[in-house]
Amino acid sequence: MKVEAQLTDVATAEKLGLLPEEFEKICSILGRIPNFNELSIYAVMWSEHCSYKNSIVWLKTLPKEGARMLAMAGEENAGLVDIGDGIACAFKIESHNHPSAIEPYQGAATGVGGINRDIFTMGARPIAQLNSLRFGKLADEKTKWILRGVVKGIGDYGNAFGVPTVGGEVFFDDCFTVNPLVNAMSVGIVEGGKTVKAISYGAGNPVFIVGSHTGKDGIHGAAFASKDITEDSAKDLPSVQVGDPFQEKLLLEASLEAIQTDAIIGMQDMGAAGIICSTSEMSAKGEAGMVIWLDKVPTRQENMKPWEILLSESQERMLIVAEKGKEQAILDVFEKWDLNCVQIGEVTDGERLKFYMHDELVADVPAESLVLGGGAPVYHREYHEPAYLKEIAAYKNEAVPQPESLGDVMDHLATHPNLASKKWVYQQYDSTVGTVNMSTNLPSDAAIVDVRGTSKALALTVDCNSRYIYADPRKGTAIAVAEAARNIVCSGGEPVAITNCLNFGNPYNPEVYWQFVGAIQGMGDACTAFGTPVTGGNVSFYNQSSYEGPVFPSPVIGMVGVLDDKSQQTTLFFKRPGDLIYVLGEMTNDLGSSQYIYSYHGIRHSSCPEFSLEAELLLHETLKRIRGKQIAESMHDVSDGGLYITLIESGFFNKLGFSISTDNAIRTDAYLFGESQSRAVVSIDPHEQPILERILNATSIPFKLLGEVTDGAIEIDGVAYGDIQSVGHKYDSALENILNQ
Amino acid sequence: MKFGVVVFPGSNCDRDTLYAFGDLLGAETVALWHKDTDLKGVDFVVLPGGFSYGDYLRSGAIARFSPIMDAVINHANRGGYVLGICNGFQILTEAKLVPGVLLHNESRKFISKNIYIKAATTNSLLTNQLEPQQALKIPIAHGEGNYYIGTDGLKSLQDNDQILFHYCDENGNVTAEANPNGALLNIAGVTNKNRNVFGMMPHPERASDPVLGNTDGLKILESILQTVG
Repeated sequence: MKVEAQLTDVATAEKLGLLPEEFEKICSILGRIPNFNELSIYAVMWSEHCSYKNSIVWLKTLPKEGARMLAMAGEENAGLVDIGDGIACAFKIESHNHPSAIEPYQGAATGVGGINRDIFTMGARPIAQLNSLRFGKLADEKTKWILRGVVKGIGDYGNAFGVPTVGGEVFFDDCFTVNPLVNAMSVGIVEGGKTVKAISYGAGNPVFIVGSHTGKDGIHGAAFASKDITEDSAKDLPSVQVGDPFQEKLLLEASLEAIQTDAIIGMQDMGAAGIICSTSEMSAKGEAGMVIWLDKVPTRQENMKPWEILLSESQERMLIVAEKGKEQAILDVFEKWDLNCVQIGEVTDGERLKFYMHDELVADVPAESLVLGGGAPVYHREYHEPAYLKEIAAYKNEAVPQPESLGDVMDHLATHPNLASKKWVYQQYDSTVGTVNMSTNLPSDAAIVDVRGTSKALALTVDCNSRYIYADPRKGTAIAVAEAARNIVCSGGEPVAITNCLNFGNPYNPEVYWQFVGAIQGMGDACTAFGTPVTGGNVSFYNQSSYEGPVFPSPVIGMVGVLDDKSQQTTLFFKRPGDLIYVLGEMTNDLGSSQYIYSYHGIRHSSCPEFSLEAELLLHETLKRIRGKQIAESMHDVSDGGLYITLIESGFFNKLGFSISTDNAIRTDAYLFGESQSRAVVSIDPHEQPILERILNATSIPFKLLGEVTDGAIEIDGVAYGDIQSVGHKYDSALENILNQ
Repeated sequence: MKFGVVVFPGSNCDRDTLYAFGDLLGAETVALWHKDTDLKGVDFVVLPGGFSYGDYLRSGAIARFSPIMDAVINHANRGGYVLGICNGFQILTEAKLVPGVLLHNESRKFISKNIYIKAATTNSLLTNQLEPQQALKIPIAHGEGNYYIGTDGLKSLQDNDQILFHYCDENGNVTAEANPNGALLNIAGVTNKNRNVFGMMPHPERASDPVLGNTDGLKILESILQTVG
C-alpha cells in the first residue's frame, strides 16, 4: 500500500523546528520525501527533548557503573538500584519548565503526573516525591502568580494522587523571572525481578492504549520545550497539557494490578511526543515493528488528524504490549478500574512502524531511525568560556566590606526567601499520606522514608546551588553532588546513586554550552568520588527568554541513599541545653558566592566557594565514624547562608538556642555567613566529649568546639542576639509576608 | 470485631488505614470495594481519606452515591459503627450520616501539617480512653476541612454532646491561632445522635506507627478496640 502522499518541503521542516540538513537526512532514511505526518514524527522525535541530540555526547561520559545498578542510564523509564533485601528503588527527576512558564498550574501539575508515570510504568509503586523550584524576582506580581500556580499545581496533583511530598528546594533569583524551573522527582519501590521493561517484541502480540482519551492538548509540546521562550510563547498555550490526578491514580492502581497478571511484554507511559514516542522507543528496543490503527485510538475530539493523534501529549495514558492469548486478563483489570483499554495495533516482524487511518497508510517509518542511540542526530556543539567569567575572576574576597552590624545580616539572611522557611510552599503538599515519611516528626538533612516490611529506610534529597554553578560550572556541580551526599550522610544514610535534571540555556550559544560541559565534568568527578553512579535524568535546554538571556545553569541533583537500619537515623536538631556544639571541616575567610555577599552587599559576581573532593570525603568518613559510636545528638550540614543559618535551623525544632565563640583569625562575617564547603555541625552530650575528640583527633579533619546549646538565647562572642523563638517567628513568616504584600 | 475499609477508586489512605488497624493494632480487617454492595460481615466500617471520585465537584459528593454507600448507610442506620476520616468525614456529611458540612479552608489553600486536638467528650467510642485535657499531635491534610453547621444544628450538637474533638494548641488551649482551617468553634470531629457514626478531619492512622515518631493517633484507634474490640 502506498503512503498517503501529501509531500513536504524544507520550509515546512524548519517551521516544525528541524534543520535543513535534518530534512535531508529524513529524505535519505525514507528514500523519499516525507509526508506531513512523517515529518511531524521526526520533528518531535528529533527534538532536543526526546533525542538529547545536543547533550548525549557529554552525557555518555558520566559514570554509570555500580554494584547496585539494575538498569543502565537511559535504558528504562527511570533509574533502578538494588537497595538490598530483594527490593529495588526506581527514581527519576524531570523538568516541566516551559509549560510552567506559560501556564503554571497545569504545567507543574502535569510535571508531577509525568514523573510518577515513569516510576509506575516500571512496576514500582511511588512512595515519595520531591521537587526543585526556581523563580524570579519575588517582588513582581507575575512571579507571585507563577509561584502560586506552580505550588497549587504540584499540590493538587500530588495530593490527589496520594504520594507524599517529602522534600525539595525553592530558590529565587532575577534570572528566573521569565523562565522558572520546575523539576519534579518521584521515588518508587518494587520487588526485585518484578519490574516491567519498556519493550515490544513478538509478532502478533496485541498493542493496547490504556487510560485517558487522546485530545488535542500538548501537540508539539516536546518541540515547544526545545526552543527559547519569547513573547509569542503564550500562543503556544495548546502545547501545554492538562492533568487529571484522579485518572492518574486509577492508572497507577490498574497498571500495577495488570503487571501481576504476567500477560505484559512491555509497557511505557505516554509523555513527551505521545503515541509516536512510546511505539518507536519500545519497538526499537525490541527490534520489532508495529502496525497501529490510529482510528481505534479513543479520542476526545472528533476528526483528529493522524499527526494530532500521533503527537498528542494528553496525560494519563500508557502503551501496553501484551502476550497474545493472555489479553483478557489485562482487559479485566482496566474494566475493574473503569479505564479505557483498547487494542490499537499489533507487533510485526521487521522494524517498521506503520500507522493507518481508516485503512489508509498515513505514515511508514523505521522505528530505529527515530530514537536516541539509533538514527536520531548527534551533535558536537561548540563551546567557549563566557565573557562574564572575567568579572568573576576580578572578585577579591578582601574587598568585601565588613557589615556595620552582624545583627542586621542575621535578620537579612533569616528572612531572605532563599533561606527562610518554605512552610508557605510545603504545607500545601500532603507530606504524611502513605505513612512512611519519617521526617515529619524527626527532621534530618535528607528526607527519610520508611521501606515498610524491611529494616531499611531511604534517604532522599535534591540539591543545586545555581549561583555556584554560574561562577564555576565544574566546581559548582561537584558541590551540588557533594551537598546531596553530605545531606544523606548527616541523616545516617549511605549515598547510593543520583538522577539529574540539567537545566540550561540555549545549547547553540557557545557560552551556555561551556557551562553545560563544565557541569557534566564536575558531576562526573564527584559521582566517581562518592561512588554514586548516574542512573539517568532529563536535559532541559532553552531555559532563557529572548530579552533576559540564559538562566543560571542549574544541574539539579536528586540523590538516593539507604539506611540499612532505619533506627540509626540522625536528626538535624539540638536536643538539650548544655549539649556541646562542634563544627567539623575548615573555617575560612571564603565569602565567594554566598547569599550574604550576593544579596546583602549586592556583589553579583564572585568566585565559587573553595572545594575539594578529598576534604569532602574526609568529612563523610568522619561523620560515619561518629555515627558508628552513636554519640551524635544532631548532625546538620553547613550550606546556604553559612554557619549562622545552620545553627538556627538546628535550634527551631526544640526551641533551643546556642552560645558560641568565633575565631579572631577569621573575619567574623565569613565565620558566620561564609559558605565554604565540606562542613557540618554536630552536637553531643558533654559526657561524650572524650569519645568525640578521640575520633576527631585520629583524623586530619579540622574541627572546633563552638560552644553549647542554650535554652533559647542566641549568644555570639558574648553578645546577645535575641532568642530562637523570635528568630523562628521571622524565619517562618518571611515568605508568606512577601507573598501577601 | 471485624473492620472493613472502603476503597473508592480515588481513596489514597485505604492502605494506611488497613495497616494501622490490621498490622499495628492486630484487628481483623478487610478491604471493601466501592462497586460491591456486600459489607463482608464487618462490624465497623471505615471510610478512609483520599479523593474518592476525584472530588472535582465537591469532596464526597459523588462517593455518597456509590453502590457500597447504600450498604454503609443501611449498616449505620441499623446502629453499626462507621468512622470517616478526612475525605471519609466529607462523605459522611454528604450522606447526612453526621450533621454539618465541610467548607473550603478559610485560607483557600490545602493544608498539610501536624496540628493538635483534644477530646471534647469522653462519651464516645473514639474518645473514652483519652484524657480530656491531653493535646494529641495528629497530621491534617485537606483543602475542605472547615466545619460548619447552622445555629440550630450547633445547639443540637452541643445539647447532645456530639462534638468529639476540638483543635487546640500543644498545651490543650482551644484558641483561634490553633484553628488550622476556620472550623466553627475549632470543631475537628463529630458524632451522630446515636453515637455510632464518627467523622474527623485529622488522620489518626498517620500518627500510629512508632517508626514515624508519633503514636498519638494510636490512642484514638486503641480507644475503639479497647471498648468494642
